[in-house]
Amino acid sequence: MAVTAPGVDAVTPQEPVAGSVAATPRRLRLRLLSNRKVAVGSAILAVFLLIAIIGPLVAPFDPSQRSSDILQGPSAKHWFGTTHIGQDIFSQVLDGTRSVMFVGFFAGVVATIVAVLFGVTSGYLGGAGGESLSAVSNVFLVIPALPLIIIITTAIPTGGDWVVALVIGLTSWAWGARVLRAQTLSLRRRDFVEAARATGEPVWRIVIFEILPNLTAIIASSFVGTVIYAIMTEVALAFIGAQGLYEWNWGAILYWAQSQEALAIGAWWWFVPAGLAIALLGTALSLLNFGIDELVNPRLRSSGSARVRDYTGRKIRLRVGFTPVLAHGGEPAFTPAATESQVAEINAEDGAR
Amino acid sequence: MTIHVDGPIPDHLTTGDAVLEITGLSVDYGVGERAVRAVSDVNLTLRRGEVLGLAGESGSGKSTLAYGLTRLLPPPGVVADGKVIYHAGDGSGPVDVLALSCAGLREFRWARTSIVFQAAMNALNPVDKISTQLTDVLRAHRPEMGRAQRMERARELLALVGIPADRLDSYPHQLSGGMRQRVMIGMALALEPRIVIMDEPTTALDVVMQRQILGVFSSLRRRLDFSVIFITHDLSLLVEFADRIAIMYGGRIVEEAPAAQIYRDPMHPYSDGLLHSFPALRGPRRELAGIPGSPPDPRSLPSGCSFHPRCPKAFDPCSREIPVLGVPGELGRGGGENAANQRTVACWLHPVAGPQNPAADSPV
Repeated sequence: MAVTAPGVDAVTPQEPVAGSVAATPRRLRLRLLSNRKVAVGSAILAVFLLIAIIGPLVAPFDPSQRSSDILQGPSAKHWFGTTHIGQDIFSQVLDGTRSVMFVGFFAGVVATIVAVLFGVTSGYLGGAGGESLSAVSNVFLVIPALPLIIIITTAIPTGGDWVVALVIGLTSWAWGARVLRAQTLSLRRRDFVEAARATGEPVWRIVIFEILPNLTAIIASSFVGTVIYAIMTEVALAFIGAQGLYEWNWGAILYWAQSQEALAIGAWWWFVPAGLAIALLGTALSLLNFGIDELVNPRLRSSGSARVRDYTGRKIRLRVGFTPVLAHGGEPAFTPAATESQVAEINAEDGAR
Repeated sequence: MTIHVDGPIPDHLTTGDAVLEITGLSVDYGVGERAVRAVSDVNLTLRRGEVLGLAGESGSGKSTLAYGLTRLLPPPGVVADGKVIYHAGDGSGPVDVLALSCAGLREFRWARTSIVFQAAMNALNPVDKISTQLTDVLRAHRPEMGRAQRMERARELLALVGIPADRLDSYPHQLSGGMRQRVMIGMALALEPRIVIMDEPTTALDVVMQRQILGVFSSLRRRLDFSVIFITHDLSLLVEFADRIAIMYGGRIVEEAPAAQIYRDPMHPYSDGLLHSFPALRGPRRELAGIPGSPPDPRSLPSGCSFHPRCPKAFDPCSREIPVLGVPGELGRGGGENAANQRTVACWLHPVAGPQNPAADSPV
């Protein structure tokens, strides 16, 4: 059957869509990674995790070992140069990654668990119990964390990374708890929670199965935020020399660079690698956090940044209220639509009859 | 059945001068290869003083069409193609809405075309008085008006929608849902636009309130002579209220006809299905039947007529070729003796007359 319609092509401007349909499920599975921010962030983070695991094994020198290569710049033997007593800085950075990553993530886990316990419980319970839990988190909020951490770590000088991580974790949960409490307060009176309560679900079930899934995004981003904070705190502790010098981390490298006046003597290789590593890790975690935000709130995705070329050839930003026009059918003069021309034709025939 | 259906068609409709002409309008969400076409190649004409109803299921593209033609679609929505010509009717010549600059668009909006939004009840700012919000648009568009004049106009607008003037100093929470809706309508009429777009304005209200608001709106329309594009999924409401109805499915208009004709004799099986989805108040009893299946995914529209997988009358050409919207052949040459009661349909059951008809020269 020869069905050829001159108008059909005009009204089917789309390409066949079968290909895009087949590709969709795979895309969905990798949706988180397809976000460029998340992809870059997790790639950097993966590199640091790898270094944290194998760093001390692949380090070319013992990071504490002295040698006669004193204060040398980067070379094939010492990639990042050497310190004032001939220690290899590349090995120090590799060796120090483990401590930084461990403290960051362990403190993040501790702080997140405490924040969820305090925040959700105080938000859901209300009354005297909830208020007192909230008061405790307010107290932790106003405690000056860094001096407290300095005092505790100097009091237990042999504790190592575990103590540092625990102390940071146990002092940095209060912000997360407050945010979670606020969100729980708004969730607990929603209809679906009331319905669960009316059907007799026990409190633990309501909290775990009705409320917690709604808090996933906040918990995830608060975890990443706490990890950044913990890393910064540990580096700061080591930098001011409060952590003891039994173990290498990026802050300890900076401490020695600072105390030997590396900047004044022009030994830039001493502090730049460690500083860059801190900045890179912080960037990676922040990118992950942005990615989580965009995944949870699709309206953040590419809005404000995406540009399209409109029919006049100008590049314009997508923004609310001024939808861009990509193509503008034909010339500006108005040409009647198909239906209109048919009407005209019919009217003409009627008139002729 | 309805108020105006059996009477003669009002004069202003038969003159049929267009206020808004939409040609080949396509609207996408997103750009590039992942773009999803939500409205494709829509041709519509809104005439002076008429109420044009847009009906269809959720996701059929009716709201996207309205926001696309006013360029109010938030990112990632873009107008992919088409033309929207506005005729001012005061001798100032046609305005191409899609070619307006940002400043031109700002000036055009509300003065020529205003919108009553879907969640009109929540569109009012709870911390500002009604008077502040009513005079806001006057302050922006009519800077020459003084404060006293603006308040006078606000009082007029409230009177127009049947709210006593002492409510000017109320806050939105002090008004009932229906009153808030009427304030929104009053606000939409503040600059006497020629076109008012109503996007499901009565969805959140009970039927009594719906009727009251539409009553107010109908009388205002007769008095102030503006045209209305009325978007709803409630076809029963449209049959009462609209002059012409366009049924949308899968981003296309599948049938467009005067309200009474669609109600009595729907041509497209989809219109027929919609009409059998609600009970008639009067007339013979008929069986209620929904439309089986669910609306198509715009990312993967079925081939041919996008309704054919759900269509009870689907036959050979339906899955292969997209039917063109046009005057059906069986109506003969008298099918559209004037622009107002002309009807068009895009269905292979009612092939288009004339050279555009691909089925006419086929052996089917």
